[in-house]
Amino acid sequence: MTTTLTSATAGGPADAPRPTAARAASRTTVPTRRGRLPRTPLNPRPSIPLTLVAGLVLLYTLLPLAWLLINATKDQKGLLDSFGLWFADDVNLWDNITRTLTYDDGVFVRWLLNTLLYVAAGAGGATVLAVLGGYALAKYQFPGRKAIFAVVIGAVAVPGTALAVPTFLMFSGMGLTNTPWAVIIPSLISPFGLYLMWVFAAEAVPTELLEAARIDGSGELRTFFTIALPLLMPGTVTVLLFSMVATWNNYFLPLIMIKDPDWYPLTLGLNAWNAQAQTAGGEAVFDLIVTGSLLTIVPIVAVFLLLQRFWQSGLAAGSVKE
Amino acid sequence: MTLLTTSAQAAPPPPRPRSRFRLRKEAWVGWGFAGPFVAVFGLVFLAPIGYALYLSLFRDRLIGGTSFVGLDNYADALTDPRFWDGLLRVGLFLLVQVPVMLGIALLVALAIDSGRLYGASFFRVAVFLPYAVPAVVASLIWGFMYGTQFGLVGNVNDALGVTLPDPLSPSLVLASLGNIVTWEFVGYNMLIFYSALKVVPRSLYEAAAIDGAGEWRVVRSVKLPAIRGALVIATIFSIIGSFQLFNEPSILQKLAPNAITSDFTPNLYTYSLSFAGQQHNYAATVAIVMGVITAIIAYTVQLRGMRKG
Repeated sequence: MTTTLTSATAGGPADAPRPTAARAASRTTVPTRRGRLPRTPLNPRPSIPLTLVAGLVLLYTLLPLAWLLINATKDQKGLLDSFGLWFADDVNLWDNITRTLTYDDGVFVRWLLNTLLYVAAGAGGATVLAVLGGYALAKYQFPGRKAIFAVVIGAVAVPGTALAVPTFLMFSGMGLTNTPWAVIIPSLISPFGLYLMWVFAAEAVPTELLEAARIDGSGELRTFFTIALPLLMPGTVTVLLFSMVATWNNYFLPLIMIKDPDWYPLTLGLNAWNAQAQTAGGEAVFDLIVTGSLLTIVPIVAVFLLLQRFWQSGLAAGSVKE
Repeated sequence: MTLLTTSAQAAPPPPRPRSRFRLRKEAWVGWGFAGPFVAVFGLVFLAPIGYALYLSLFRDRLIGGTSFVGLDNYADALTDPRFWDGLLRVGLFLLVQVPVMLGIALLVALAIDSGRLYGASFFRVAVFLPYAVPAVVASLIWGFMYGTQFGLVGNVNDALGVTLPDPLSPSLVLASLGNIVTWEFVGYNMLIFYSALKVVPRSLYEAAAIDGAGEWRVVRSVKLPAIRGALVIATIFSIIGSFQLFNEPSILQKLAPNAITSDFTPNLYTYSLSFAGQQHNYAATVAIVMGVITAIIAYTVQLRGMRKG
């Protein structure tokens, strides 16, 4: 995982305009990476002062991640004794990872598997529902269409906690609390995903194509699977990606729904270790919390870096359509 | 709400008139596709809202059991100092944190869009990266860094022989929380602004340059008005997020139990009312009041933001 991460990060600066190439391009009309325009006063050469100023923000966003990476290599003693932004005398990363995965009979692995289950079922299901719903809203005229959209968008403003208490009581009445269902079912709804797919389907799937398929005698389901779905793929991956992040990072929903540590996702597990470490008499497992935090973010960061193309274009298509 | 207005323009043109038979068939198929979403949405959004409204009209007493009390819970909530304290705290938080975060996000987006940065695409990805980090992990990392024990603050104190103010003390903890939230979402907002800037027609910049406009003038007179919609949307989402502040204080609470009380934000208050105090009816009432206040403010911002356009 670490290797993919590094190589993917390295891919970032690689496609950036290289200063020398850019300078050469400024005299010719070779299109630069930025756009179809040749280098003009509108498309100026890079500036060092501006890069330095923006670099401060970069430093700010990367500093905590660097801290995490460095401190995941320290044992308990190293955490307390050494400077936070530099390595201790000995590197214990491998030992820390082993101990994180085996601590308390491997409960961390159990939490990881739970998280994977919640992500696969919750985010996968949310994507399916959003794609079907968005396609329907974009390509079919049916009564209640406008109402669905208005209600769903209005619901975005409702605070999560306003829903939490009654949802908990309802699920508790149905006997669903303390089961994976309590986390999966609410994860199935992504208003943002529905909106994104609606806009995306309206543009990516030409209505004439659907009409032609119908005239050829294709049923609606078959038309959807063979014609619409392939065209919807880029939007679908974007929705899947954002639903995955939301489910992977979910804290509040499992916090109220799950009391049994066997069904904790990683986020609740780390929180429990932290609570234990802060309690008098509890075993101080700070090294495990730090290493566990690193292990928690590596997969999701890797997915993000590998699928950059999708979220960048997806946001452009969806959230700011003007 | 904003999304609705914006997306209405993206809606496909109204289809050609069709026969009644075709329309009936289309309605069935349309509902067939949208049905699963609508059903689950009803279960996890509409039913709980209805249930919360119902709960808020009752009260559970030790003696006499559950009884209908009309709007008494609402009257209590509106005069509850613990609720108002939390509301004022998130209000202060949002007045400072949201402008700082959106300001930084906008500056970075403009810098990347200007084409004057070395390694622009690296900037775009690296600044966005914290968005993928769970709130739990972000709060733990920053919480540890804030710490005087093995945190950076402690390191600096030891190295320089000074005593920095404790970021987890009651007077500074709100600012420390603001920093965590800014760190998590600055990249996300940057990306929204950047995506909006990218679709501004380049010909506008050319026209402005021909008119002799400098770079700052282009930013002020062309770029900012062009992305007004994105600015308003980001502001509204940030306001909603601030009012819902829960995850970060809930996790930091373990590191700073004296600074973060159980009614630190309205959402923490609702949570502790409900899950520590078993006062489900009153918790539902506070949550509804909070939802209404959030909606009113978001709607006002939207109206004001769009009117100037």
